[in-house]
Amino acid sequence: MHIRKRYNYTGYLYILPWIIGFLLLQLVPLINSFWYSFTNFQLLGDPKFLGLENYKKIFTADPTFLQSLKVTSYYVLIAVPLKISFALVIAIILNQNIKGINLFRTLYYIPSILGGSVAISVLWKYLFMNQGVVNNLIGQVGFKAVDWLGDPRYALGTISLVTVWQFGSSMLLFLAGLKQIPVSQYEAARIDGAGRMRIFWQITIPELSPIILFNLIMQMINAFQDFTSAFVITQGGPLKSTYLYGLMLYDQGFKFFKMGYSSALSWILFAIILFFTSLTFRSSESWVHYGDSL
Amino acid sequence: MIKRKTPTAKILSYFFLIVLAYIMTYPLLWMIGAAFKSNEEIFGTIGLLPKNPMFGAFSAGWKGTGQYGFSTFLYNTFLMVIPTVVFTAISATLIGYGFARFEFPFKKTLFTIMLSTMMLPATVILIPRYIFFRNLGWLDSYLPFIVPAILGCFPFFNFMMVQFFRGLPLELDESGKLDGCNSFIILKDLLLPLCKSAIFSVIVFQFVWTWNDFLNVLIYISSVAKYPVALGLRMTMDISTEFDWNQIMAMSLISIAPPIVLFFAAQKYFVEGIATTGMKN
Repeated sequence: MHIRKRYNYTGYLYILPWIIGFLLLQLVPLINSFWYSFTNFQLLGDPKFLGLENYKKIFTADPTFLQSLKVTSYYVLIAVPLKISFALVIAIILNQNIKGINLFRTLYYIPSILGGSVAISVLWKYLFMNQGVVNNLIGQVGFKAVDWLGDPRYALGTISLVTVWQFGSSMLLFLAGLKQIPVSQYEAARIDGAGRMRIFWQITIPELSPIILFNLIMQMINAFQDFTSAFVITQGGPLKSTYLYGLMLYDQGFKFFKMGYSSALSWILFAIILFFTSLTFRSSESWVHYGDSL
Repeated sequence: MIKRKTPTAKILSYFFLIVLAYIMTYPLLWMIGAAFKSNEEIFGTIGLLPKNPMFGAFSAGWKGTGQYGFSTFLYNTFLMVIPTVVFTAISATLIGYGFARFEFPFKKTLFTIMLSTMMLPATVILIPRYIFFRNLGWLDSYLPFIVPAILGCFPFFNFMMVQFFRGLPLELDESGKLDGCNSFIILKDLLLPLCKSAIFSVIVFQFVWTWNDFLNVLIYISSVAKYPVALGLRMTMDISTEFDWNQIMAMSLISIAPPIVLFFAAQKYFVEGIATTGMKN
């Protein structure tokens, strides 16, 4: 117990790397990117102040912006909820005392390790191409081949599958959370005659709600910025149907070298992410339950 | 649920788990099989096992088509990943210790700032960082990966270590102080041996993330001689003709092997580390 706080300045010494890193590689870049977003900055040469010109152009004269925003919203809306519900359901199934459970946990986690690697994107391209394995497989069962990557209706879904496939890390967090729910709660509910579904909705979900919130926020932030699979598998096509926001930022900044314009785009994305995360946080007051087990 | 299972329920669980495991691992199993198949067999059949296993794809892919083979790309990746991982582990440990064990002015504020940078979208600072590193003449080198690691720019790992240190009993530090040890000796000799699982988690995570990183290497590394596997693989895919599928699968397989091997080697510590530091506050 401290009666009076006694400061120990040695602490600064230990966190010094982070202080420098934060200032130099996070804060200053953040300020700079805000400044660039009001300029015409072509990489070679100095940024020239434009006022709100970039933003005006984005909202009024850039059809790819709207397309990309639409695609990205669909992507986040499909991939994130699917990934989290998968992770939750499978964590619950894995949370039982049957033999070999560790093996299954490991197998389901492996896709998460490989993450957004290029190798997986290449693999996906081969699996889902016209004469690929997936079409061969569904052909065996009598279905017609589907143009998974070439048809604008399906391409985004196929890309989202890569993301959903990596539900393992969210699953591990849910598993850790499930282990913390006291068994006595379940027993009490069962004595009261609660069925499986009731137990799920009234005990499991509320107890896990802080972890659901954490997963939701982190996965959302990541999904809004996803890049690799769409870039490698479809290059944003066909007809820009997989042109995720990350691809647009890359194209504007590193293909056309419009650093100012790309910075403005990145601040709009930042605002969108901030809006949705704070909306989620705000809503969480009504559905997240902070018990004493966490 | 923690209920005693009837035999049917048990069989059903197993059935579901096995089917799902098959679906989840199918793409990878297919990749392994394809690396040993002939190109005609890859797309003509749906079987996972190659009829006549061939190793030609590995040697051909390894040599590569251009001036640089896959061995160069693999070597480059290690050159980039290992220092990044080592420095991340060191800086996260120091920073975690600093936040967890010392009282200093503005500690709360600084800690809150660090937590909030966890949610700062990386894309927002991508361009200014690129320009900063460019002005320093660091483009086409691995410094844009290593220096942020030295400077503890991965708040997630710092936070993990803070949580872990908070879980260690303060009596350890007290006993060290009584013996006249300074704070660094306390960290090095008393606390560090207990941090194994947390440090392993940092190492595995950071290794995997840096190994798989694509956007940053795409931006920073421009000469083929310095390409890591992520770029090498994409280049190979782009320049290869339709008939090199098995080579590309073989090289993809090699490129995902190191993260998987590391994961299995450190699995015990790793899962423990997530369970003890991941979510509790």
